Amino acid sequence: MEWETVIGLEIHVQLRTQSKIFSGSSIAFGAAPNIQASAVDLGLPGVLPVVNQAVYPKAIAFGLGIGADISLVSAFDRKNYFYPDLPKGYQITQMDKPIVLGGSVEIPLDDGSVKTIQITRAHLEEDAGKSLHEEFIDSTGIDLNRAGTPLLEIVSEPDMRSAKEVVSYARYIHQLVTYLGVSDGNMAEGSLRCDANVSLRPVGSSELGTRTETKNVNSFRFLERAINFEVVRQKEVLESGGRVEQETRLYDPDRDETRPMRSKETAMDYRYFPEPDLLPIVIDEAFIAEVKKNMPELPREKAERFQSDYELSNVDAKVLASEPMLADYFETVAATCSDPKLAANWVRVELLGRLNKDSIETSDIPVSSEQFGLLLLRINDQTISGKIAKDVLDALWKTEADSVDDYIDANNLKQVSDSGALEPLIDKIIADNPKQVEQYREGKTKVLGFFVGQVMKETSGKANPKQVNELVRKKLS
Amino acid sequence: MKITDKVVKNIAELTQLRFTEDELAEIGASMTETLELVEQMQQVDTAGVEPMSNPLDATQPLRPDVVTEGDNRAIYQRIAPETQDGLYLVPKVIE
Repeated sequence: MEWETVIGLEIHVQLRTQSKIFSGSSIAFGAAPNIQASAVDLGLPGVLPVVNQAVYPKAIAFGLGIGADISLVSAFDRKNYFYPDLPKGYQITQMDKPIVLGGSVEIPLDDGSVKTIQITRAHLEEDAGKSLHEEFIDSTGIDLNRAGTPLLEIVSEPDMRSAKEVVSYARYIHQLVTYLGVSDGNMAEGSLRCDANVSLRPVGSSELGTRTETKNVNSFRFLERAINFEVVRQKEVLESGGRVEQETRLYDPDRDETRPMRSKETAMDYRYFPEPDLLPIVIDEAFIAEVKKNMPELPREKAERFQSDYELSNVDAKVLASEPMLADYFETVAATCSDPKLAANWVRVELLGRLNKDSIETSDIPVSSEQFGLLLLRINDQTISGKIAKDVLDALWKTEADSVDDYIDANNLKQVSDSGALEPLIDKIIADNPKQVEQYREGKTKVLGFFVGQVMKETSGKANPKQVNELVRKKLS
Repeated sequence: MKITDKVVKNIAELTQLRFTEDELAEIGASMTETLELVEQMQQVDTAGVEPMSNPLDATQPLRPDVVTEGDNRAIYQRIAPETQDGLYLVPKVIE
């Protein structure tokens, strides 16, 4: 049977604040255990949470960034469960009245198209502490520095159909929250963690299959692997006549597999109820407008500007605008070569192709946008051909060169457009190939390509093809 | 709605509370009474009344994003049953 994979993603983004969401403890990374855990974070009796005012503008900025509705009244709830790194016995989160509702993003796919992913909601909540199981024989060590760190949980609809799409979506969210200053986006420090809900269903079916939730994946590579493992596992279960258990699983990168995490004896019931220690948060339109005023240009706004200002196609504009860093890169290239369409084409095909092939992040492009733009300028001013330009780009890419002009000079790659230099060569080729000359004169005009090819070969591709074409045609007539 | 022993056991497990068999019936009866009260309240016509998140007619004051808490670990850990290397120790929670 053919199966369709259905995936929804929950992304926990750590907000870029100084202090915790409900206490005045620092959230700085890497501190000694428990020195950033106050009475509130420890859940000592009699303490009260007070909301950090910095978390709201950040959540709202994200909401505006995905075109969502911002709730004017939002409220916190308690999610109850027992685990030693959650000392209160409940997590303060937003269940019934989240700050962000709806919205969508358009993600670039490998085949060059874009896909819309709907977002269900995004809500504020506190992080739990950390459990260290390995260090002690009969005990678990608890570090509560992370407890109370502000998080925005972003929940997508089950709109993704492959691990690759999920990674593309997660990357998009990562770029967006970093660009908007919502988060520092530091993956190694756990600033972005994903839970993937994966299920399979027969192709053509509209009902969802039973899903598993793979929790706490903190790298894009592991995310792709974890999902691929889960897809294969579920397929084997289903094809051998079994049933997929609805359960929480954990990805183990060392073994490259997912394993069930919680025991299934008792179905989890979080017994959500309104947090009695916190009042509803009420904001007004003016507050939202103020957040909007301080936001940089959004990907969707950029895409519209690229279409109107640079006359790019819809897809070109969306792909180039999807990542802020890529968009900036493209704009510098376009400005340097004064040819936005050529820039769009080269950035999409040559740059993205190479990034993809070498698995390089947009933040680590080995060629500066200025040199990339200059390279295209040298095509347009006929210094080099497009074919030679690709060779120059390869050299720059491998950092064998850092200046387009120096590399062209040093390797003598300038296009030969001097008819004084080309004519004797063409005369010689015509003289050496009387048979082809005859064919041409008998009306087989396709032979023209043979002569142009010979000239290009003799000049190592440096001749201006258009000019060679004209000269050969003139000499043969 | 009657709360059976089975329901009480399930809730006891979720809340990590331990009861004797004798207590189960008593607690079940008490919870049943509470639910009956709720059932009574549910007969009130609340059409058009917006549910409230909090009974107080006020909104939440917010706190500036400033670190105000220093390192008080030594004080907090004085009351902890067991600590080591700055960590709180609890019975092992993973096999």
